[in-house]
Amino acid sequence: MSDSTKRDAVLPPASTVGVLGWIRKNLFPSWYSGVVTVVLGYFIISNFIPLIDWALFKADFIGESSADCSGEGACWVFIGTRFDFFIYGFYPESQFWRINILYFIFAILIVPQFFNAISTRIKMVLGVLGVTVFPVLAFILMRGSETFGLEIIETNRWGGLTLTLVLAYVGIVAAIPIGILLALGRRSDMPLVRALCVVFIEFWRGVPLITILFMASVMLPLFLPEGVSFDKLLRALIGITLFQSAYMAEVIRGGLQAIPKGQYEAAEALGLGYWRSMGLIILPQALKIVIPGIVNTLISLFKDTTLVLIIGLFDLLNAVQTTIIDPAWRNVAIEGYVFAAFLFWVFCFGMSRYSQQLERKLHRGHKR
Amino acid sequence: MMNQDAVNGGRTTQVASMAAQGESMIKVEGMHKWYDTFHVLKGLDLDVSRGERIVICGPSGSGKSTFIRCINRLEEHQKGRIVVDGVELTNDLRNIELIRREVGMVFQHFNLFPHLTVLENCCLAPIWVRKTPRREAEEQAMKYLERVKIPEQARKYPGQLSGGQQQRVAIARSLCMNPKIMLFDEPTSALDPEMIKEVLDVMVELAESGMTMICVTHEMGFAKTVADRVIFMDQGEIVEQGPPSEFFNNPREPRTQQFLQQILHH
Repeated sequence: MSDSTKRDAVLPPASTVGVLGWIRKNLFPSWYSGVVTVVLGYFIISNFIPLIDWALFKADFIGESSADCSGEGACWVFIGTRFDFFIYGFYPESQFWRINILYFIFAILIVPQFFNAISTRIKMVLGVLGVTVFPVLAFILMRGSETFGLEIIETNRWGGLTLTLVLAYVGIVAAIPIGILLALGRRSDMPLVRALCVVFIEFWRGVPLITILFMASVMLPLFLPEGVSFDKLLRALIGITLFQSAYMAEVIRGGLQAIPKGQYEAAEALGLGYWRSMGLIILPQALKIVIPGIVNTLISLFKDTTLVLIIGLFDLLNAVQTTIIDPAWRNVAIEGYVFAAFLFWVFCFGMSRYSQQLERKLHRGHKR
Repeated sequence: MMNQDAVNGGRTTQVASMAAQGESMIKVEGMHKWYDTFHVLKGLDLDVSRGERIVICGPSGSGKSTFIRCINRLEEHQKGRIVVDGVELTNDLRNIELIRREVGMVFQHFNLFPHLTVLENCCLAPIWVRKTPRREAEEQAMKYLERVKIPEQARKYPGQLSGGQQQRVAIARSLCMNPKIMLFDEPTSALDPEMIKEVLDVMVELAESGMTMICVTHEMGFAKTVADRVIFMDQGEIVEQGPPSEFFNNPREPRTQQFLQQILHH
């Protein structure tokens, strides 16, 4: 008897543990919270079920043309038939293998970064390859090269998701180092360097990206001497990179300012000199602090690449937009946009997850 | 004074000086510094011989920290000369880096690098500035960590150590560059009382080894035990200086007398 009373005394009341306890604590802690739970629950369920029905159970997946779609649910047949265009744009079908190789290499470089089991050294090597060798290789493979016997495919035939990724990848890989340099420049002791960086940052931040893209594609050729022409994609890339590096610079500057003055002084007192102080002491700490801000900027960069449609580049969104108006298909706009949104979401969510993991990992080692 | 006993506890005699007369390590002549228009240092002169130990004391705001921070160019002086180990401090970056390599500095707030382990903190400058091979730098770092009595903490991060331990790591980090001069900027002021002794012990041991040292500190016990010369600064000027026996027993200047009275009897 005494044994059982003892145990009763130790256990918490049954109503506070288990599934019931969780429901009570989180969904019905008081009468008004209960009402909110019921009302919100009703709306979520009543909207969610038709959505699932539309997207999955009543949707048509297999077929060749719009005749294969019942019209009750989503017509994913449309996405299936235009899939190549969404991914490769106007790239010639016989050359798809070149892009496929790049996707494969890209996956090898990126996927391991998400797994803790893989050693940091391997991740570092893959990361370095990803920002050095990979872009060069990608350029040669995608554009083609006579020396390697690859047919030249001009950038105006690039498109779809591939183009979106090219824009985003180059933007990301270039904007971070330029942003770091601008941030350091803005905090420099040298008045001229500081002034140049301030002007640069404030100029690019003060102008809408659309304006920059317009300028790059319409105005810039007017200023160039006759006969000199710049690739349209290259111009867009430069515009996006400079625009985003100005934002990046300000994010990174926030991190630099958060580092205590003592760190700068200790590094200087050891005779490390400016660049080594920054590279070994200040930036590793500053960048760690601003990871959320950096990723925020990168995600917005990724989505901003869709603006290139106004200068006539066929990125993923533009590819979707041009196909949904096809009269052969009834009303496939929603399917097209949902598909595009889903792809964008996958990449942005991936970046977000990666950054959270990175933060946790960098945090584990040391507390201040 | 607060921690006189900490240092004098086991040691009543003065540590033998190794100061070699005439061989000048630091020479400061007529040095002035302004913050904008505010005159912080008003014509300081100082000659430090090899192996000499100097303690600088004075009320807060007297410019003592600013003074030693000028010696390795963490602060810029606007007038006068500073010559460290035969190299004059000018705006020439090469000279500044040359001097910083030979002058170690320990800060009030330790300023360890939180993203690096204790061992990495110690090896960083030897590897990158002196180009010491990593293995050699690590061996040397372990030697100095043993000297400051915390070799077992080598793989930890600074955030996992106590203040006293952090400050000892900071001393080891400076020593790893094999400096000719060590500057201490109130090394014990940010420490809890029970940790002051462990840091002062390390500093006394360093003084015994013949290191040229300039310490800004309020530890008068340390000054009595170790210093060859005590310098009293007030309002940006050197008011009085002399060997500790003279300085503490027969201060000449009224300002010194007043200061000593305030810190020694309370």
